[in-house]
Amino acid sequence: MKIAVCVKQVPDTWAEKRLRPADSLLDRESAEGVLNELDEYAVEEALKIQEAHGGEVTIVSMGPERAVETIRKALSMGADAGIHIVDDALSGSDALATSAVLAGVLKDRGFDLIIFGSESTDARMSVVPAMVSERLGLPQLTFAQKVDVNGGTITIERQTDYGFDSVEASSPVVVSVVEKINEPRYPSFKGIMAAKKKPLETLSVADAGVAAGSVGTGAAWSVVADFAARPPKAAGTIVNDEGAGGVKIAEFLATNKII
Amino acid sequence: MAPILVVVEHADGVVKKVTLELLTLARSLGEPAAVWLGPGYGDAAASQLAEYGAGTAYVVDNSDMVDFVVAPKTEALAAVVKQASPAAILIASSAEGKEIAGRLAIKIESGVITDAVAIAPDLTATQSVFGGSTIVHSTVTHGIPIITVRPNSTAPEAAATALSRVDVEVPVSEGARGAKVTGRTAATKASRPELSEAAIVVSGGRGVGGPEGFGVIESLADSLGAAVGASRAATDAGWYPHQYQVGQTGKTVSPQLYVANGISGAIQHRAGMQTSKMIVVVNKDSEAPIFELADFGVVGDLFAVVPQLTDEVQKRKG
Ligand SMILES: Cc1cc2nc3c(=O)[nH]c(=O)nc-3n(C[C@H](O)[C@H](O)[C@H](O)COP(=O)(O)OP(=O)(O)OC[C@H]3O[C@@H](n4cnc5c(N)ncnc54)[C@H](O)[C@@H]3O)c2cc1C
Ligand SMILES: Nc1ncnc2c1ncn2[C@@H]1O[C@H](COP(=O)(O)O)[C@@H](O)[C@H]1O
Repeated sequence: MKIAVCVKQVPDTWAEKRLRPADSLLDRESAEGVLNELDEYAVEEALKIQEAHGGEVTIVSMGPERAVETIRKALSMGADAGIHIVDDALSGSDALATSAVLAGVLKDRGFDLIIFGSESTDARMSVVPAMVSERLGLPQLTFAQKVDVNGGTITIERQTDYGFDSVEASSPVVVSVVEKINEPRYPSFKGIMAAKKKPLETLSVADAGVAAGSVGTGAAWSVVADFAARPPKAAGTIVNDEGAGGVKIAEFLATNKII
Repeated sequence: MAPILVVVEHADGVVKKVTLELLTLARSLGEPAAVWLGPGYGDAAASQLAEYGAGTAYVVDNSDMVDFVVAPKTEALAAVVKQASPAAILIASSAEGKEIAGRLAIKIESGVITDAVAIAPDLTATQSVFGGSTIVHSTVTHGIPIITVRPNSTAPEAAATALSRVDVEVPVSEGARGAKVTGRTAATKASRPELSEAAIVVSGGRGVGGPEGFGVIESLADSLGAAVGASRAATDAGWYPHQYQVGQTGKTVSPQLYVANGISGAIQHRAGMQTSKMIVVVNKDSEAPIFELADFGVVGDLFAVVPQLTDEVQKRKG
């Protein structure tokens, strides 16, 4: 089973995120970059499937120079090889461009399973997996809370508003996983050492088979017109419960015509 | 005037509240037309759509829409877009809504904006990003703007019109029928409003102490006609079903009122509720970061405060 896992480097969850005034892009330099938390579950699921069914796990990430740290982290968890798409032309790419580049790289490499996280914690669009599925014409098994592999048949439980749907498809497939699916492992010391020697391929946009003019800020099909910090919220009223806390909330709600 | 297409979210033949919000919003942008994907379109749906101002309902009554994941819906929607030549396409910002939007963007070669909280008449979208700390205005510069809109962004207002039904036949391609739905499992269906759509959400966290503790949370929710939410600490512990989780990896809610009980306010929880219009907090630790978001907060034991509040709400309702 050949498995690809797409991972993204994002600013640390706890870091204050802001847009750069000059170009309205996320300021990625000011915060430490980490492996998108939700993508750790994707890596873990790939490793579990590999343990049960054999095969190879390749990490794929598009991002600046330092995104290589993120690929190393996934390799230190146990993945076998990495592909890093890095190119100045990519700066400011929207989800459409990102999905085009990822699809270009994933296309002819014979992957049976392509696994994603369900959302990047910075963009929070939750669209890249569906877009890659559309571009590659592969069945979409997204928002999986459970993945079963049975030969060439892949079955998932797709999380829905009301519970879940069971969904079945034949490989190759695109999968995205939700955080409920597993408990990601921590890299061991041995894993960290081994990761340094694992093969890492570095590709340009052209290597991905995508025209440089169709990615990056200039090619984005939506643009930020302007942005502003939300005006700070006026401090609320905080009271200690001295026996009438519930009544006080009710009064507050009544004043604001909620009840 | 070019229509504004609104993709209908529906269950059991009934139009969901978020769609009525989108129709209301669409009326400020142009002439709303509804797109119904899947079986179940009938008189109930037609009268709801007419009441909220849809002049046309494009109906794709084809069970492939629900028997296979997302791809058939996108093909059908692309066919409707071709027929209707809309000025914009509005879709609810649900998990599946965003997937449809993303795939459609590729199909019709148009830009897509997700999670809008408002749209101006010139189709500039307002988004609230980074957990609500930054307000962004964005526009689509290529193709027909595809915008997904968060539930509770607009108050639904009726404005009745005459509705005409247009049936659209879409032969779904073999390639779009790759991911087959073989079963649906409903976790306990509550009689409460749906979490992402509810005007009021009452949530419980680790402070609730166990599954029984959610009793006081549910009682308060019922007195207010609210949905129940939970922090991940509570859902992970199995105290409350996972689909009620609010936060980064759960639902994003922005109700009129959010009541956080026994929740500390971790960044991942805030990401899902920070844009609520009004926030009330009950927590026994005055240092809990959730108080930073509170419009009104009580430092105290939720098992004393919440039942008292429930009683008081009942009393005032008479
Ligand atoms: C990848 C990832 C994704 C995540 N996604 C989410 C998500 O979507 N949603 C989410 O919620 N979390 C999420 N988390 C978890 C998050 O970091 C926190 O661990 C979680 O929100 C904590 O839940 P809590 O506030 O209920 O519990 P705690 O942080 O333990 O807080 C409990 C609070 O209850 C108070 N309390 C205790 N007893 C009482 C009482 N009797 N009366 C009043 N107050 C009381 C305490 O003072 C405390 O403030 C995620 C974490 C990760 C790593
Ligand atoms: N630049 C990227 N490189 C590799 N994978 C990505 C990238 N951006 C997004 N992804 C994948 O797509 C998922 C959803 O991202 P998003 O649509 O941005 O919320 C993430 O969890 C990743 O698995």
